[in-house]
Order: sequence, then structure tokens, then C-alpha cells
Amino acid sequence: MQGTSTSVAGSASSGAAKAAALSLPEAARPARAGSALAAQRSRRAWLMLAPVGVVLLLVAGWPLARTIWFSFTDAQLGGLADAQFVGLENYLGEYGLLRDEQWWGSVANTLRFALLSVSIETVLGLGVALLLNHPSRGRTLLRAAVLVPWAIPTVVSAKMWSWMLHDQFGVVNHYLMALGLLSAPVAWTANPDLALFTVVLVDVWKTTPFMALLILAALQMVPADCYEAARVDGVPAFTVFRKVTLPLILPGVAVAMIFRLLDALRVFDLIYVMTSNSRTTKSMSVFVREQLIDFQQVGYGSAAATLVFFTIALLTLLYMGLLRPALQKVEA
Amino acid sequence: MNPGHKLAAALAALLAAAASPAASLKISCGAVGQELEMCRSAAQDWARKTGHEVQVVATPNDGSERLALYQQVLSSRSDKIDVFQVDVVWPGMLAGHLLDLQPYAKGAQQQHFPGILASVQVGGQLVAMPWFTDAGLLYYRKDLLAKHGQKVPATWEELGASAKKIQEAERATGNDRMWGYVWQGRAYEGLTCNALEWIASHGGGTVVAADGKVDIGNPRAVKAIETAAGWVGTISPTAVLNYGEEDARGVFQAGNAVYMRNWPYAWSLSQAEGSAVRGKVGVAVLPSGSGAGGRHAATLGGQLLAVSKYSKHPEAAADLVMYMTSKAVQKERALKGSFNPTITELYQDADILKANPFIGELRDTFTHAVGRPATVTGAKYNQLSNQFWNAVHEVLSGKARAEASLAGLDASAKRLGRGGKWQ
Repeated sequence: MQGTSTSVAGSASSGAAKAAALSLPEAARPARAGSALAAQRSRRAWLMLAPVGVVLLLVAGWPLARTIWFSFTDAQLGGLADAQFVGLENYLGEYGLLRDEQWWGSVANTLRFALLSVSIETVLGLGVALLLNHPSRGRTLLRAAVLVPWAIPTVVSAKMWSWMLHDQFGVVNHYLMALGLLSAPVAWTANPDLALFTVVLVDVWKTTPFMALLILAALQMVPADCYEAARVDGVPAFTVFRKVTLPLILPGVAVAMIFRLLDALRVFDLIYVMTSNSRTTKSMSVFVREQLIDFQQVGYGSAAATLVFFTIALLTLLYMGLLRPALQKVEA
Repeated sequence: MNPGHKLAAALAALLAAAASPAASLKISCGAVGQELEMCRSAAQDWARKTGHEVQVVATPNDGSERLALYQQVLSSRSDKIDVFQVDVVWPGMLAGHLLDLQPYAKGAQQQHFPGILASVQVGGQLVAMPWFTDAGLLYYRKDLLAKHGQKVPATWEELGASAKKIQEAERATGNDRMWGYVWQGRAYEGLTCNALEWIASHGGGTVVAADGKVDIGNPRAVKAIETAAGWVGTISPTAVLNYGEEDARGVFQAGNAVYMRNWPYAWSLSQAEGSAVRGKVGVAVLPSGSGAGGRHAATLGGQLLAVSKYSKHPEAAADLVMYMTSKAVQKERALKGSFNPTITELYQDADILKANPFIGELRDTFTHAVGRPATVTGAKYNQLSNQFWNAVHEVLSGKARAEASLAGLDASAKRLGRGGKWQ
């Protein structure tokens, strides 16, 4: 379990760190030389952040360090005490991760899942947020209602959808056949061409509300006078959206997307419940659990968990790097 | 025993009880159906007889979840649980944490089926005692076979032809949800059990031979897997690729399948109140493969009881295991819960045969039972099984050809077993 929880804690911490970096107060950025007041402010900001830093080190840093250490050993779940140091064997050795096609398969599955689900959720979430942003009488009720899928624990909704998508007793096939859209029941989770797509769909159902809510928060920040000015000038609605709304909410959307991406790259419960250990949908986290628990290979599994952590960190940095110029343009 | 002896024995028992303070034990049992209740009542009987205390701990139903829990408990050397109910394929993985029961069994293990006995002897030690056994069975609809003039199939070819014929005839008369054959095709241990039956019945071996040699790329194994792949989408729904035991039973028990491969537990459920097929179900040995080396084969399943090395009361725990796996308790469990005994003699027991004729019919199946290569592969069994079911699953779902997939499995299993040295 160590490894799985670590990869979770590790990426959560990196997520938190990124979020902190994004929303770092003006004062905490390096102060201009010669300004005593600014230096004092900067010191105070760091002091304020120190407790959080210490807590993060304790709850995320220590397990992460332990996992990285295990990844250099041949530890087995049966006897962690007898672990031998094997260097980079788990990564580069003859039986190492980098030569393990199972591992690369799970990396490919995870990336496919993450890209598909995050992009669909962003588009749908934006749509839902724009709808919810329209002043209407039932708006508060709608906002609460939209959150229901997000509130159900993933394991429960995964199991629920598994039954709904079942080929013999499933309600989904039943209605699609009644409507004449299907001639025979479809095995959604069993068909290798459909399985990953099905998992993505369930994830979209579950997580779109979360995206919608974050984007809605960004929309509420857009000053109303921009819209009034646009209306007076008679600018078409779509142009307003493209030239006014989108640039202004982009930072918020970007943060929401980073959070979703981090979550999607760690996906475990949904895939584990819906399709078990099938190779067609196995994600990196499912692979890690399988190695650690099913196969008792703590060393090898920890190496995989460490790679998951660094993959996520790397992608986050890349994303930030690509995004920063765009964000700065908005600020300017 | 004369009365004098009896008195002496009673005195000795009293003295022994006085000398050893009562132990408080914890036993983990499965909780499928009536398992938990039966386990609790037998454990309480023992507690009353010996003056010890027993608490029953419920564990997850899902096999791999339970194994993960056991591994966590055992690898932390916890004495929280003294007696574990373990699956027949786990001893190789858990042996290092289990107590050798040889001194406590005093030869009692010789009463059990040789097939299941092989699974509890690891490295010359007796790491568990057989408790009840399971094997794959062919369930069929007696009424439908009679209606369409079919006899119970003896080979896989016959099964395929018969299933196709009945399925088509039933669908022609408006029963368009009817399928010929349902089984377990999800990528999990159940598929390993199914695929092993196909391969062994075609004379294609059991993936890894008893001496540790990998043997899976042979033409007979290829033929067996190709035969099964031909069922998907014809006599079996495509969704069978994600079916576990309960999914298959759901389809069969709703009256939508002619044949089903499942474990014995499905029998009493299909005969229960509210079952759509009550009184219409027959049970037979699984079909044999055709050609040379073809035979009937059923994968051996079952549960064992083992004592943790870290238990504070090893003698009491071992005594509990001996009691729970004794002839009297196994008989009781066979009568009340239709759990199949592992003691050979009980298959000729008149009471059992009267209460559950089904158990007598199973005797043949157990003598044909094929063990999964769990003892020889030891701690690596799970990895091997995982490779095996994935390779088979890829063929069944049409993503790979049988020959290529099994050749790949042969290579990766050899790599895993480091050239036949599994341990």
C-alpha cells in the first residue's frame, strides 16, 4: 500500500505546490533589491507558508522518500526487512521497468484516458458553466443538482455503471434497443475496442460537474461592464465569448485542467472496479497495485510508483511551461 | 475403553485444561452464502469442547482482496488472526508465514484427496489442512436438451454443435435472448481456471509442469484456445469476456443459457425458490477434448485452513484446524451447506448421498481434477496466472492469434521462471 498511497500523496503535494505557485501572493515573489519593506513582506510570506511546508514534508515527503528507497531494492511484501540494495536494476535491468511492455502499455492507456477525459470534461464543463452562469430562478438548485455525480464515491458509481452497462441485465442496452439504436446488446466493458472509451464516458459523467463548478467560479469573476460595453457596441455573442470571456477565464480553466490532469493520471478506482486487471484498460496506478499487492514485488512496484510520480511531475511542469506565456499575456 | 480408562482420560483432560490457560483465538472465514454461519457454529462447538474462546473474523469475499489483506497482516507479523481460510492456490505464496502442521496432524492428512493434498505440502511441510473442495462443472438445461433431442455432450465439439442448435431453434421460436454457453471470460483468476480446463482436456498440459518446465506453446494448447475463441460471439455473448461467476450464473438462472461452466455453489442457488430454472438443471463432467490425449478435466478449487506462524497459541490453533477439517465436521458441512468434503471416504457416506445426491455424482469430477501450477511456481503463481489469463483473453477478444499469443506467453513465463527455477 505504501507505494500507492505515496504516489497519491506525492502527486497531490506536487499539485498543491503548483497551485500555490500559481496563486502565490505578489509579496512572496522575489522582491526588488533596495526595498526594505518588500523584503520584510517577503519574509513574512515565507513564514506564513512554513507550517504548510512542514506538514507537506511529513505527510508526503517521507512516504515518497521511502518509496524511492524501496525502488532501489528487491523488497518483497512477505519480508520487507530482508530487502537487498540492487541499484537501478528495477528500472534499467534485464527485467527492469523500461523493458517491460506491460508497463509501457499501462502508460499508453493512462495517457489516452487522461487526454480524452480531460479534454471532453473541459469542453462539456465550459458549456454547463455558461448555462449555469445565466441568471435564472432555479440557478441555485441547478448548481446543487449538477454536483450529484461528483458527490457519489467513485467506487459506488463505477459499480453502478458496471451494472447499468451489463449486456444482459443492463438498463443502458435495454433502452438503446427499445429506441432501435442497437439491434443486439453491446458488451460495453468487455469489448476491447470499447472498454477504455466506456471508462472515459463514466469518468466524464462523474467529473464534468467538478470542471463546471471551477469554470463557473472563474466566470463569476468577469466584470459585468465588459459585457455591457460589448452590448452597447453591438458585438456578436460569439465574438464576445472569444475576445472577452475566454481570455479572462483562461487562468481559472487552466488551473482546473491541471487538477483534472493530475487526477486522471493517477486514475485507479474507476478502472479497477469496471474492468479489473485487463490489459486493454490497465492504468499506471492499477499496474503499481498489481505489482505491490498481487505479485508482492515491493521493489519493482515502488519503482513503478516512483515513475508515476515523476511522469506526473514532468507533465505538470511542461503544462505550466506552455501555459505561463499565455497567462502572462492575459495579465498584461 | 473400559470405565476406568474413561475416568482416567477425563481426569487427564481436566488436568491438561487446568495446566494450559484458555486461549482466545481468531479465525478468518469466507462469507459467501452460508459460509460464515457454518464456520462460526463449528468453531463454537470446538470452543465448548476445549474451553478456549474463538472469535470469527469476516474477510472480503473477493479472492484477490482477501489475499492482499492476508499478506498485509502476515508480513507485519501480526498475531491478530491465528487461523486463516486460504484458497487452494495460495500456500505457495504464503508458506513462509504458515506453521508446519505435520506434528499436529499425526497422519490425518492421508485421508484427503491426493489432488488437494498436493497443494498443501510445500517444501516437505504441511502448511494447511484441506477443508472443502471445488471443481469446474458443466451445468445444462435438462428440459431444453430433451425438447431438442440432444444428449449431454461428451466432447467440446459436441457441446458447440448442441449449443448452436438449441440456441438457433429457441431464437427462432421468439426466445431471442437465448445463448448456448456461458462461462467466466473476465481477465481474472476465473479465466485461468476455465482456460486450464480447455487446455488440459485437449492434452495440452497445465502451463507449467510439476518439475517447473514451462509448456504452453504446444499445438494442443493452441487448438484448445482456438476452439474457445470460436465460441465468443457465436454460442457465447461477446460480453462473456467480462463475466465472472455471478454474471454467468445470472444469465443461466434467468433461463437465458443452455449450458454453463461454473463451480458447485451454483447448484443449490439454481434450485432455490424464485429461480427460473428450478428443477430443470442437470450437472455433468466438463467435456473432453478430441484427438489423442483428450480427456475430461476440471480445475481444482477449494479452501484450506492454515495456522499463522505468529500466533500466540499455536497448539490451540492447530487443534482448532484439526477439528474443523475432521471427518465429523466435514460431514456436517456437507449435509447442511452442500460443501464438498475433501475426505475421500465421505463420498460413500449414506447420509450425505441421501441428503445431497449431487455430491456423490461429483466424485468422478474430483478424481479428474487438475491442479493449477501453484505449488511449483510458489510466490510467482499470481504473476504467471496473470500472464496466462491476459494471453488467453487477448485471443478470445480477437486481438491476437492463438499461436502467437501462446508463443509469447511461453517466452514470458520462461523469463518469469528464470528457466525453470521458480523459487
